[in-house]
Amino acid sequence: MSNLKVLMNGIIKENPTFVLLLGMCPTLGTTSSAFNGMSMGLATTAVLIFSNLIISLIKNLIPDMVRIPSFIVVIASLVTILQMVLQAYVPAVYASLGLFIPLIVVNCIILGRAEAFAAKNGPVASICDGIGMGLGFTLGLTSLGAVREFLGTGKIFDFALFPEDYGMLVFVLAPGAFIALGYLIAIVNKLRKA
Amino acid sequence: MKKLQSTLPNMAIVLTLISVLAGGILAFVNGMTKGPIEEIKAKTLADGIKAVLNADDLNVEEPVTLENGAVVYKTDKGVAVQASDPNGFGGTLVVLVGFDESGAIQGYQVLEHAETPGLGAKSSFWFQKGEKGDIIGKNPSSNNLTVSKDGGEVDAITASTITSRAFLRAVNAAYAALSGNTSDAQTGATQQANTNE
Amino acid sequence: MAYILIFITAIFVNNVVLSQFLGICPFLGVSKKVETASGMGAAVAFVLTIATIVTYLIQKYVLEAFGLEYLQTIAFILVIAALVQMVEIILKKVSPALYQALGVFLPLITTNCCILGVAILVANGTYASYGVEPNLITGVVYAFSTALGFALAMVLFAGLREQLAMVNIPKGMQGMSIALVTAGLLAMAFMGFSGVDGGLKQLFGL
Repeated sequence: MSNLKVLMNGIIKENPTFVLLLGMCPTLGTTSSAFNGMSMGLATTAVLIFSNLIISLIKNLIPDMVRIPSFIVVIASLVTILQMVLQAYVPAVYASLGLFIPLIVVNCIILGRAEAFAAKNGPVASICDGIGMGLGFTLGLTSLGAVREFLGTGKIFDFALFPEDYGMLVFVLAPGAFIALGYLIAIVNKLRKA
Repeated sequence: MKKLQSTLPNMAIVLTLISVLAGGILAFVNGMTKGPIEEIKAKTLADGIKAVLNADDLNVEEPVTLENGAVVYKTDKGVAVQASDPNGFGGTLVVLVGFDESGAIQGYQVLEHAETPGLGAKSSFWFQKGEKGDIIGKNPSSNNLTVSKDGGEVDAITASTITSRAFLRAVNAAYAALSGNTSDAQTGATQQANTNE
Repeated sequence: MAYILIFITAIFVNNVVLSQFLGICPFLGVSKKVETASGMGAAVAFVLTIATIVTYLIQKYVLEAFGLEYLQTIAFILVIAALVQMVEIILKKVSPALYQALGVFLPLITTNCCILGVAILVANGTYASYGVEPNLITGVVYAFSTALGFALAMVLFAGLREQLAMVNIPKGMQGMSIALVTAGLLAMAFMGFSGVDGGLKQLFGL
């Protein structure tokens, strides 16, 4: 499989949000606006690329039986580094994502890709897989965030499209997250079959 | 390269090595980002005080923390007070309010809230100058700063009376902290002198 | 009274799944039958309570004592992973019956973000906005109530999905799509509880 194919695979065919349904907690929890969704997606992408790279490099040094704990240590370190960097240089993003930053550790996408891809492939292909999966996740979160922000407040990326007073607030709140994602998945399913 | 076998010493060595490496790297990054994090916190606070007092250059005196948790920042251009109310819709709501010498509100910022996303956030601009719930220029001692539903003179945020009430309670608490602190300045100073002895 | 307040707030008002979005994966993944859903709920309640005690002690007596707060995430996830393994081994030896009931769910729990999430919330004392002093006891009450909230959401949702299996659903909406919409409606029902905590606070005079 060529690297480009690996990259596109994550964005479209195996989109983590709409097709594989992985990492649902941040998907629902951080998409109250398009910007928040995008920040979370990019943060996860960064961790995913580095964890895929490191794990593909050290995969032969790790005995099989301690594979999972070693991966978890690598991922948790990367997440902590990300957390500190965000807090130091983009505090607004840090504040709006809150608890969901440390929770990137338990995002099934990252451990899942480490197991399924990085542990079996070389570093270059692993980076491509990380970028593809990460962008696919970012795309999913950004579109869900945009839909919720638009329906809830009439804006997309803070750009007003209709007056806020007509917004359906429920889409910014918890129930709207579930409902919007449900319909988006239905639409994606339909498009994929067509 | 051949894959390492799963023997006990191998596993123990690899796990220890990875953990130690990870710990070391984290300690290094922590040391690197500690400075900027502190700086940003201090800068956010300084910017907040400047914003609520509408002044660019001011000297902030040593902040005074009151018993109820309110913090008073005296400056040469007025006083900024950080106060909170625990009974917002989702929890505590923290505001920073700037007052001039007469006690009139110069500006405010919502520092922290746990209100409904999308509604609670409105409190950051709803009460600003020219907006529907304008409280700028009003003085909590002469103006009744409660929502109109409770007989006050401030319009509550549409569909979030509880948030508005909590916000105004916090503003009034800030004023109470201000007036308590300025009138008790004497005793406060005496207490400080006592502790210094 | 404060404990009752935490209890009710954590189960109904700030339900961990339906309003805080923690533990969504098992919520969507193992909720096709009421039986498995309640098994998962029980397993989470068990592990979450123990994990919270252990991580709280680690936070207070190791991380904070040595100024190592930045190792929080890494320490907590390792402790949770080790704990889940240990619970599995001990249950197998001590109570085979309980192990049979919960065993299959235990490996899934390590990556359940509600465990790590709640452990971090308790260790950082974030739930203090409920109006209680954060300490080990309130932390454990909070963790256990949260877990009950998780179990309640799981069981209710599984019940709804069992009913869903018997109706005709438009083709495009089948599967996860209709499940998510159902979860949305359940979350909407739980929104009816919002504000109850404020009323209780006044009632109890906290």
